[in-house]
Amino acid sequence: MSQATLRIQKISGHAGSIPGEDTQREPLVCKLVDTTTCIGCKACEVACVEWNDMPFSPTVFDNTYQTMPETRWNYWNLILFNEHEREDGTLQWLMRKHQCMHCAEPGCLEACPADGAIVQYANGIVDFQQANCIGCGYCITGCPFNIPKLNSVTKRVYKCSLCADRVSEGLEPACIKSCPTGCLHFGTKDDMKDLADRRAKQLREQYGFAQAGVYDPPGIGGTGVIYVLHDATKPELYGGLPSNPNIPLSVKLWKHPLKWLGNLALVGGLVGLFVHFLRYGPKAREDVDINPAGEKQ
Amino acid sequence: MTHPEQIVPHGHVLRYTLRERLIHWLAAGSYIYLMLTGLAFWSPWCFWLAIVLGGGQISRMLHPWMGLVFTGSVIYMYMMWSKQMRFEQVDHEWWKSLQHYIRNEDDKMPPAGRYNAGQKMLFWSFFLGGLLLLLSGMVLWFTESIPWNLRWLRYTAVIVHPIAALITIGNFMIHIYMGVFAERGAFGSVIRGDVSMAFAKRYHPGWYKEIVGESEARK
Repeated sequence: MSQATLRIQKISGHAGSIPGEDTQREPLVCKLVDTTTCIGCKACEVACVEWNDMPFSPTVFDNTYQTMPETRWNYWNLILFNEHEREDGTLQWLMRKHQCMHCAEPGCLEACPADGAIVQYANGIVDFQQANCIGCGYCITGCPFNIPKLNSVTKRVYKCSLCADRVSEGLEPACIKSCPTGCLHFGTKDDMKDLADRRAKQLREQYGFAQAGVYDPPGIGGTGVIYVLHDATKPELYGGLPSNPNIPLSVKLWKHPLKWLGNLALVGGLVGLFVHFLRYGPKAREDVDINPAGEKQ
Repeated sequence: MTHPEQIVPHGHVLRYTLRERLIHWLAAGSYIYLMLTGLAFWSPWCFWLAIVLGGGQISRMLHPWMGLVFTGSVIYMYMMWSKQMRFEQVDHEWWKSLQHYIRNEDDKMPPAGRYNAGQKMLFWSFFLGGLLLLLSGMVLWFTESIPWNLRWLRYTAVIVHPIAALITIGNFMIHIYMGVFAERGAFGSVIRGDVSMAFAKRYHPGWYKEIVGESEARK
């Protein structure tokens, strides 16, 4: 990894060319979360808050082990706990590290109107540039994972940066560094996919999890965070992980057909009115047809 | 019933009172700001408009407040004009003759009242469009406060807001074209408040008749 990985290949709200588009193939980075070996210790939560130097705010107790109900602008990494009762009546304690998924086709970036407020680097990291953020919250609407959070004081939106600052210096993200069980892995997307597939196969063949599999949803082009799940057919059990996440249909309609139809109508309307004026001119000429005395001549 | 009190010196007639003109310009000013900042958020190719108007953050902050100003002015217009804006028989006939209006064949038009059918359409499109913009705009204003299980509200708002805006912008363009370029004398009427008798007789014969009376109008 090098600073070249921070070459920008996608920019929100941007007219014109993009400096890093198609210039060079960089390996995509990826975080692998093996939920089957997570013990819910929350070391990753603490490491995230510490590395990103975020002020800690009071938590909310909702009768679970979970630190708070959902991520916040200053709490990007949250373990979601679910006590799942299986069909045979036994309990399965599911824990999932929840953070930005770093989608290949990010809904936040798609919805964002502010030039350069959201970028995607050549290594696949989706990063918010708060200096350019206008606080409109469209990214909140575009995200299928409920990740971007608005700071009501600064009116900017924040989320996990996959420690782009560490990654560009050849370090792993802070959460990976802190994990005591080794359930978190970091590397290239290809390597992580391979590792995840092998782990899922092991779970299926040696541990009796027949439905074990890898979560890398195709609806958004795959993600920069992938999960190994005991039961990949029911990702919703893991704190509401959507089984088939997509950019919301209304956001797609708004940003593609409506935008083109609307622009066509606006420009067509202006041209139409101009042509009408050239063809028919004003309804009456005040100097010729209507004089101040009020008589039509 | 005649309204000779509306006749002002030099053969002119009062078309818009000071109150009507003030509200019109309050609505116009706020709408133009909303349209320019809205276009900036609509397309990256228009984002420079937000820069010119003080930057993206300020545009985002003021846009909803200006929306409330616009809403207030539209409500006031509704109270002033909703009765006059009702569609009547002559408006249906006027609408059927639209092609003559477009070709500037005004002598073939049915006698419009104080407002012709096109102006009534403009009013109602702004009223209904404004209502949709207000409702969807409130969701967009406080997007972060919408809980995750009500996210369909956000999904609806992001598509309703631009559609309603496009409808009003289309009407706005026609309004500017008619008022400034096509109907000479119309722009002055919303500045000074009066139009010539000939203007009233030519474009709003029904209204003209109300003012000068049946017998005078026949002359």
